[in-house]
Amino acid sequence: MLPMFTVREKVWHYGSVGIVSVLLVIYMVPLYWLLATSLKSQHDINAVPAKWVFRPTIANYRYLPFTTVTDQRGIRIVGTSEYPWRFLNSIIIGAVSTFFALALGTLCAYATSRFPVAAKDDLLFFILSTRMLPPMVVVIPIFLMYSVSLKLGNFHWQLRDTHFGLTLLYTAFNVSFAVWLMKGYLDEIPKDYEEAAMLDRLSRFQAFLKVVLPQAMPGVAATAVFCLISAWNEFAFSLILTETKAATAPRTIASKLGSAGVDWGQIAAGAVLFLLPVAIFTFLMRHHLLRGATFGTIKR
Amino acid sequence: MAEVHLVNLVKRFGDLVAVNKVSLQISDGEFFVLLGPSGCGKTTTLRCIAGLEVPDEGDVFIDGLRVNRLPPADRDIAFVFQNYALYPHLTVYDNIAFPLRAVRTPRDGVDRQVREVARILHIEPLLHRKPHNLSSGEMQRVALGRAMVRRPKVFLMDEPLSNLDALLRVKMRAELKRLQTDLKATTVFVTHDQVEAMSMGDKIAVMDQGLIQQVGTPDEIYNRPANLFVASFVGSPAMNLVPCTLKETDGQRRLTVHQSAWELDAPEPVQALALQGKVNSKLVLGLRAEDMEVLTEPVSEGVPVEIYVVEPLGAETIVNVKVGGHIVKVRARPEFRAPIGAKVWLRWNQAKVHVFDAETTKALC
Repeated sequence: MLPMFTVREKVWHYGSVGIVSVLLVIYMVPLYWLLATSLKSQHDINAVPAKWVFRPTIANYRYLPFTTVTDQRGIRIVGTSEYPWRFLNSIIIGAVSTFFALALGTLCAYATSRFPVAAKDDLLFFILSTRMLPPMVVVIPIFLMYSVSLKLGNFHWQLRDTHFGLTLLYTAFNVSFAVWLMKGYLDEIPKDYEEAAMLDRLSRFQAFLKVVLPQAMPGVAATAVFCLISAWNEFAFSLILTETKAATAPRTIASKLGSAGVDWGQIAAGAVLFLLPVAIFTFLMRHHLLRGATFGTIKR
Repeated sequence: MAEVHLVNLVKRFGDLVAVNKVSLQISDGEFFVLLGPSGCGKTTTLRCIAGLEVPDEGDVFIDGLRVNRLPPADRDIAFVFQNYALYPHLTVYDNIAFPLRAVRTPRDGVDRQVREVARILHIEPLLHRKPHNLSSGEMQRVALGRAMVRRPKVFLMDEPLSNLDALLRVKMRAELKRLQTDLKATTVFVTHDQVEAMSMGDKIAVMDQGLIQQVGTPDEIYNRPANLFVASFVGSPAMNLVPCTLKETDGQRRLTVHQSAWELDAPEPVQALALQGKVNSKLVLGLRAEDMEVLTEPVSEGVPVEIYVVEPLGAETIVNVKVGGHIVKVRARPEFRAPIGAKVWLRWNQAKVHVFDAETTKALC
């Protein structure tokens, strides 16, 4: 038998569906506009009023890896652009910093979750407080620190504009987040499991790897997604601390806002490609994320 | 299999002394029960034997070897947790195989031993399932299987039956006892359920507030409780305890129950102690429900009482009678019935009278 709904319930139901639909449209319009712009020709992009119907082209994507000049004979490729390399930088720095933030954060969270640590609460608050300042506040002192160069004979080394420098910074930035998120998950896992494993003749570290970590996977996945997103989207540090070698994709896309006009088509195409890795990663982790979101609410 | 020996074990958590100078001798192949109310330190004692807690003072010996500093993994013991602690991401098979694989047992050896244990515990059809698809009784068996598979020196069990429903608990009680006898495994079993302790234990240690109150066979614990705590904790219904005083009338020492007309002869040991002047004026009389009877006709060595309430339980009837200001529970025939307020007579078995010192709480006889 179908459940009976009162008028009030029906109004509430359709009303909430309506509100969610409106919100969804508001969220999706910029994404749509980005995708549409990336597929428009230069002429269509600049059309006033804006065109809703246009002939799609993949020119913006095709020319993304190159530098071009446009003259009477049309668009000509004159060299390679830095975008593919910057994209690769983003992937390397994002992935490596996520890995280390997760590894360090999970171990720290496990330690604070299971062992008596002196001034534990203060320590955890301190770890969190590193995230309270906006990047712009700390970027100048960090710039100065990163500019210090180390000279050993002919060897000359500084952190500025290196993959290592940016990875280090993103790891430090994300580790606080990872500690807090992972602590929540690890606190939920009864310590009986690792005690059982230790009595089954594993060392504590083995017990952590074989028994605790598999159960914390939803938390690990959720934390990884958040860390990757924040490293991936980071703009301010990348803009100021890198120039060419270790520059990431976001600042490269922004640099298209040049003095010789704005190449919206290229910016849009670059941004769409830039969205893909995180979108794919999040999609792959979706089951874990869903379990992560409802963690602790299920009766065990 | 092995002996376990605890010597003056002390474990503190901050200001709380969870285990206070506990000494125990657990023999080879013995089913040893640690019985006590929640928070009495029995689980902490067990965790000290396991190595999950490090004692602040005292020693733990397993098979004559001092293991205080030995990590749990090296003690060769198996622990069955109250919530079973089955690894949720592994199948039943992998759960049971886990301790074998941890010590790198060859694959065919693992398979043979897991199947052997599964056969003994009747869990063969469950081997491919994950723990969340098991009933609590099945989980219980798997947890036992994981403990058994390694053939450890000692089994430690922390209230393993308390998460089962009442019917299954009674069934598993008998099975566990049988299994332990078959395996001849030294077992330390923690419980707050005195029925479990009585029915399963070869020996029982009753604990309260971190202290061992009495160690003995179930018979000794039941028939000769060492103090008021043991008397009140063991037995269902609990021993009737009523305050009384020792009075001398006509050269005879008699016990007089407070606020009532109930008088009875003081047992021999109490008489003897009284002669030496070693008896406190405040005493407690203890009588088990089955050592008294309710009579509808007056008797010479009885005391007139009033029915407070009658509890028929099927196999027996518990009659609550009012003696002065006290309610006393008496076991009666299943068909015994009487209206509330009825006048009846209470008779007791003089040989089964217990007397405790109200101040030291120690048994005088």
